[in-house]
Amino acid sequence: MDRFSWSNGLLEINETLVIQQRGIRLYDGDDKAKLDSGVALLSTHRLIWRDVKNHECCIAMPLSQIVFFEEQAAGIGKSAKIIIHLHATPANKETGPYQHSKYSFIKLSFKEHGQIEFHRRLTEEMTQKRWESTPASQPIPTATGSQTGRTRAVGIVGIERKIEEKRKETDKNISEAFEDLSKLMVKAKEMVELSRSIANKIKDKQGNITEDETIRFKSYLLSMGIADPVTRETHGSGTHYHMQLAKQLGDMLQVPLEERGGMMALTEVYCLVNRARGMELLSPEDLVNACKVFESLKLPLSGVMVVQLQSHSEEEMISSALDNVSDKGSLTAEEFAKLLGLSVLLSKERLLLAEKMGHLCTDDSVEGLRFYPNLF
Amino acid sequence: MHRRGVGAGAIAKKKLAEAKYKERGNVLAEDQIVQMSKQLETFKSNLEEFASKHKQEIRKNSQFRVQFQEMCSTIGVDPLASGKGFWSEMLGVGDFYYELGVQIIEVCLALKHRNGGLITLDELHHRVLKGRGKYAQDVSQDDLMRAIKKLKVMGNGFGMIPVGGSYLVQSVPAELNMDHTVVLQLAEKKGYVTVSEIKDSLKWEKERACHVLVNLHQLISGHRGLKKTTTFSINSLTFFF
Repeated sequence: MDRFSWSNGLLEINETLVIQQRGIRLYDGDDKAKLDSGVALLSTHRLIWRDVKNHECCIAMPLSQIVFFEEQAAGIGKSAKIIIHLHATPANKETGPYQHSKYSFIKLSFKEHGQIEFHRRLTEEMTQKRWESTPASQPIPTATGSQTGRTRAVGIVGIERKIEEKRKETDKNISEAFEDLSKLMVKAKEMVELSRSIANKIKDKQGNITEDETIRFKSYLLSMGIADPVTRETHGSGTHYHMQLAKQLGDMLQVPLEERGGMMALTEVYCLVNRARGMELLSPEDLVNACKVFESLKLPLSGVMVVQLQSHSEEEMISSALDNVSDKGSLTAEEFAKLLGLSVLLSKERLLLAEKMGHLCTDDSVEGLRFYPNLF
Repeated sequence: MHRRGVGAGAIAKKKLAEAKYKERGNVLAEDQIVQMSKQLETFKSNLEEFASKHKQEIRKNSQFRVQFQEMCSTIGVDPLASGKGFWSEMLGVGDFYYELGVQIIEVCLALKHRNGGLITLDELHHRVLKGRGKYAQDVSQDDLMRAIKKLKVMGNGFGMIPVGGSYLVQSVPAELNMDHTVVLQLAEKKGYVTVSEIKDSLKWEKERACHVLVNLHQLISGHRGLKKTTTFSINSLTFFF
């Protein structure tokens, strides 16, 4: 143990940490050293040991000191060990915990296991002898050899350890979260299967399920996010939630609809409503289902879904479109939009609808699509 | 020999058995609904517990969100179906995706005049992140795609077209038809496509091929009135006239 010198635990430039292991007790030869609980760190250049309780107590030894090493298997009540045989102390060695020792070997006792890997890595380093090809700069001579004068061993080794611990902690959190999530999913799956069985019975019209119970059942499906297999057959009776929502929307959208020429695309409505809410937002499906409760949901030509004031009928739209176009002689979608205060998309829809009905015809030129009254 | 199962007596017995079975089925279904209601309560409190421990993971960790979504779809549950669902209410997944939906719609709307309603997933991602600011939660492309999938129910032409190893996000209806999609996918094979290739592979006439390319170009560049150019590109794909 007199081969060790006090160290601040900082890695040098070109020195890399290879492996570290907790729960190491040091032996001076066959005698237990006072240094009985710490972390052993193997780097490309040195063997370092730091006391687990007193981080300032940190010692190091260059790997070049090692002659050879061997494993000692664990026994009853005895941890596995690695015995490291050492060269004689060099003359210029810095002071360390032992001034003198009668032994020329030390032991590392692995109280928390890890000896196999440590041994493997030590073998690698001793074979590669990387310290010879990339000399680390000389360790800065720390203060005196006494226990009190050392610098704290926080440095790179300490930081690396903190990062490692944090990563392990995060990993632990995530794997715990996944475990809990899996258990939750098992329960959710049971509910899915139960709901399927119920839905089948309802479909087969087995027994007297009341309307009330059906509505309750649907709200259960809604809560769990299970697709409702029943609504494909029964129309209109959404859950209470959707009916409430429909009423709210009806109130909320009156003015915006009027401002926008009586029509709004569902995506516009979605943004408007959710921006207003801020929290507890509506899902797209919630919106669609609530709108289904209105009669005024319209599905025009090309798959654009809109919400529309009841005061607007299809005929009205078409005749007003025709009027506007005749008035001006011809209109593009953009011009029409400006005229009515509609979005370009919806004004185009309206014009296309009128075209389909035969009231307008179009000229598709390089300048775009222009609508004319159909005189044919 | 005594033949069984035949005769008026047997038929009557069968009907009786069926009626009894139906009656049992009736009781069972009602019981099941009660049972489900109880299980729901238990599940709700389990979910609450889970949320109190792990809500942060879902917010912070996009990988966790992916896993969560996949687990849900494996068992047949859509956590984003409704804002009133447990998943949404207690885990807050709903608000995360629904708000993302709003942001996506707004970005697409703002750029439509420039790109004709077609935007690459990368650019969408970039702009959404910018709009959210640097203190907002991280949003991955997987998150975007799930939000867009939900937006589809509202119509308005929202969709994703696989192109060049990634996706184009479409936010206008019908202007991108089958012809456009087919040409885009043809271009994906080698990274570029020419008029003659379109003619050869798809057996179209020259006019049709040119028309589609002109359209695509208009859509991408937002320019109207450009009859032909020699090349243009979308994402990483190049189109030659």
